[in-house]
Amino acid sequence: MYEGIVQELIDEFGRLPGIGPKSAQRIAFHILTTQSFDTTRLAELLAEVRERVRFCSICGNVAEQDTCSICRDPRRSQTVICVVEEAKDVAAIERTREFRGLYHVLGGALSPMDGVGPDNLRFTQLVQRLADATVTEVIIATNPNVTGEATATYLTRLLDQPGLRVTRLASGLPVGGDLEYADEVTLGRAFEGRRTVEA
Amino acid sequence: MPTYRDEAVVLRTHKLGEADRIVTMIGRRHGKIRAVAKGVRRTGSRFGARLEPFMVVDAQFYVGRTLDIVQQVDSAGSYGADIAADYARYTVAHAMVEAADRLTEHEAGTPHYLLLVGALRSLARAEHPAGLTRDSYLLRALSIAGWAPSFVDCAVTGAAGPHSAFVPQLGGVVADAVAPPGAVRLDAATLSLLGALLAGDWEAAEDSDERTRDQASGVTAAYAQFHLERGLRSLELQDRETA
Repeated sequence: MYEGIVQELIDEFGRLPGIGPKSAQRIAFHILTTQSFDTTRLAELLAEVRERVRFCSICGNVAEQDTCSICRDPRRSQTVICVVEEAKDVAAIERTREFRGLYHVLGGALSPMDGVGPDNLRFTQLVQRLADATVTEVIIATNPNVTGEATATYLTRLLDQPGLRVTRLASGLPVGGDLEYADEVTLGRAFEGRRTVEA
Repeated sequence: MPTYRDEAVVLRTHKLGEADRIVTMIGRRHGKIRAVAKGVRRTGSRFGARLEPFMVVDAQFYVGRTLDIVQQVDSAGSYGADIAADYARYTVAHAMVEAADRLTEHEAGTPHYLLLVGALRSLARAEHPAGLTRDSYLLRALSIAGWAPSFVDCAVTGAAGPHSAFVPQLGGVVADAVAPPGAVRLDAATLSLLGALLAGDWEAAEDSDERTRDQASGVTAAYAQFHLERGLRSLELQDRETA
């Protein structure tokens, strides 16, 4: 235990996700002992981020305006929507530079045990976005785990409508790995999703 | 560092730090196990897929100070994919593992482990309607925990049945002489279904009609909610469309 404000700072850092007591202490002492560390800038940013950043009114991604930069971009395809669990999944897919459509952030995955049902996620907003028939494909990119798969199952049932193609991201072997180390669930998925190789 | 090995069924997982998870399981011999699985959220994890909810594993653990650490995992039963492929089954599986999580807090694991593995296997293979599997599991799990309901003889006096007044607080059906005013009255078909679910008589259970199943389901939920003190959140989010 440290005295007064130092302990308060450690406690505040310790309340952040993924930061334990030791890490909190290390960060606090880094700030205290590193003269070049700009504490004013950090404090300003923390205050500013709460004030300026909100969730896009269309897709639910993080945004500094009413809509996010992806929803505002006229060069993005308006016919494909990729559905993800969290805003950070948007960033992961954007890094691939493979997808040029729009996103829809659900805000989590269905987990009845944790009290998360269909009414707690942004399903209604997704259905509303599909109402004018501009969108012809929905790509479900929920996490490849049991919770994500169940959410994908629910979405598939919800989006069963004429003229709309619903696809799911492929899952299988990671690039750069050895087959012998793959677990049977992943390997089974890779077999299910195998594709024809063109000559 | 001491290690131990056990067969276990995964109940739930929680994210921990950058890429780890805390995995809650019921071990066949060790009862409730809470262990850290390191790096399992990375796509290259060697055993992340085996430590998903509803999976049955043969695992080795280091004994930790507060939480154990998962060292090795082999799959002994993979039910997650089949359960997640049907949303009704998925919500039912959640109700079962949530109940198992609560009932095994201070108890040895073997009977609960065997019952849960059997129920998840049956659910994954769609052997019976999902709602019946859930209700049967809840009644039998509560019985293992010492709260066996009575659906024939009076739960208070032991007077031979049949009786129609059902009072969860008193342990099942009760004779009219001891039934409190306003007690729920159940018809013979519902009591017969509840008895079949408790005994695992699937032929009789599947013979029931939709209305009787709904009533039995409500009774089971009320009985479970009362004895578990805090309600099961999953029961409020069951998919009634197909369950």
